[in-house]
Amino acid sequence: MLRVEARARLGALHLDVALEVPPGRCLALAGPSGAGKTSVLRVAAGLLRPEHGRVMCGDAVWLDTERGIDREPERRGCGYVFQDYALFGHMSAWQNVAYPLRGTSRGERRTRAQELLERFGIGELAGARPRTLSGGERQRVALARALAREPRALLLDEPLSALDARTRAAAGRELAGVLGAAGVPALLVTHDFTEAALLGDEVAVLDGGRILQRGAASQLAAEPASPFVADFTGAVVLTGVAHPAAGDVTRIELDGGGTVTALDRATGPVAVSVYPWEIALAPPESHDPGSSRNHLLVDVVSVTAVGNRVRVGLAAPQPLTAEVSDAAVRELGLQTGARAVASWKAAATRVLPLAHHTVSKTSS
Amino acid sequence: MRHAFGAVLVASLAAALAFLTLPVLAVFLDTSPGALIDSLGEEGALEALRLSFVCSAAALAIIVLVGTPAAWLLATRRFRGRALAITLVELPLVLPPAVAGIGLLAALGPQGLLGGAIGDRLVLTTAGVICALTFVSAPFFLRQAQAAFEAVDRSWLDASRTLGASEALTFLRVAIPAAGPGLLAGFALAWGRALGEFGATLMFAGSFRGVTQTVPLAIYERFGTDFTSALALSAVLIAASAALLASVKLLSGAGWLGGAAR
Repeated sequence: MLRVEARARLGALHLDVALEVPPGRCLALAGPSGAGKTSVLRVAAGLLRPEHGRVMCGDAVWLDTERGIDREPERRGCGYVFQDYALFGHMSAWQNVAYPLRGTSRGERRTRAQELLERFGIGELAGARPRTLSGGERQRVALARALAREPRALLLDEPLSALDARTRAAAGRELAGVLGAAGVPALLVTHDFTEAALLGDEVAVLDGGRILQRGAASQLAAEPASPFVADFTGAVVLTGVAHPAAGDVTRIELDGGGTVTALDRATGPVAVSVYPWEIALAPPESHDPGSSRNHLLVDVVSVTAVGNRVRVGLAAPQPLTAEVSDAAVRELGLQTGARAVASWKAAATRVLPLAHHTVSKTSS
Repeated sequence: MRHAFGAVLVASLAAALAFLTLPVLAVFLDTSPGALIDSLGEEGALEALRLSFVCSAAALAIIVLVGTPAAWLLATRRFRGRALAITLVELPLVLPPAVAGIGLLAALGPQGLLGGAIGDRLVLTTAGVICALTFVSAPFFLRQAQAAFEAVDRSWLDASRTLGASEALTFLRVAIPAAGPGLLAGFALAWGRALGEFGATLMFAGSFRGVTQTVPLAIYERFGTDFTSALALSAVLIAASAALLASVKLLSGAGWLGGAAR
């Protein structure tokens, strides 16, 4: 079990975080840049000393500011994969991997490094200098190096962000396997919720130095605790004022116009969230309410194909996004400047208190 | 317009090259090669060459051994008085050599601040030459080394620590190789400065054949009486400096030192 508690003032950021990760599990710390994600990793590794904090790994106390304990980074045994991989440019791939191996002969270290590189499928690149390697190859060398000394915890800083989109999916699957096999607590940092959902057994959303919500990725997406989390997980977020209405529903007058119905109860200023794939589009003159209770007259502001789906940017007048099939786009003749009716079910509408919204997204 | 500007650029470079290389070429062209080599055979000339080499090598050894860790400290730590420390270290760069000589006498001469402890062991001795060379050339190395260490990717140093290396080991195995080309450039600059040192040495150590008379001092002594001999020594000094510069460029160009460039 890896436990990290830290309170620190880092420039404009107030870091105040407490988390624990069981062995063999991966916690993904997700949040925008400047949220303090990397600082949490640096505290765990001993590269940053918070004003107040405790770091424990198993029975070992790595940091306890109360008791004046602060173990040096080299004595903590963390496998740290840096954002740009931080491979030593003056060493070959195998020398990088052999770097943490000490107390054995050069021959033995070379053999061990070669084995590790083979395990990551890049044995033939042992003699190559980092600058000649591709992003994916560098990532594997960095992982092999971090695992070479059998670390007690793994810390990964945006492990996929330096890769191009094509390599990222494969590298992500491979990394998920490595994390599972390592059997140690893993703490991973990412600004991308999809990546967090892919690699983390659990996701903690961090913003402004605090963990806003923690849980399984699917749970965060289904029941975001705040508008920020909803927005971060990819939902559309609209703001308005809620009033209880007849039939045990809540009606929300949206800022700028339009009304939305939800089953969640709330009063006063709120944010409303709905996922783009729950929004259907129909011609503006259609009066068939269908089974959806929410209808907004919208202007189409953008049409972008993403795979076999199409993301349609809308103004209602608050911005929202619908994700529909390309068949629907052709049928409705959706193009920039067209009008349409966006509709979704009341049950798909989540109402979130606005209190947390003061934790803004521009905390960097 | 663009054409005219291009012509200005070319003309400027041509003028600079001509002016900067003419005196160097003149040293070789003014006298026949045979006469140059003959005058090198003179005993005093060889003594001066030997002294220049030994003293500058000793000064450089001191500078590298003390200067490298000192530059690392200046590059990696933030502390009160750091800016002042950097300025003080750089001060000898702008000091006129005569002032450096007077300063050394005032500090390390028999009547100087530390005269009680040192006595006349430094003044007018070979050790005094090494002392003067170290004083004037150390800032060249320190400045360059500090910049080279500052340019090393911080994440390399962090990575090294998380991989089980202490700061000392990180310094030896990551920082020094990564800063290699910069350290070597500083080394070459400092050595070049030491080889050419004249004023401070003359004032602090004097100009005694075989004891303190390095090549620049020997050239100065001869130029009134034996111009050919002065030319010959100058030619040797030019060749040595050029060889120094060329070997540094070759070493860092061939990537033998790895380097921080990524």
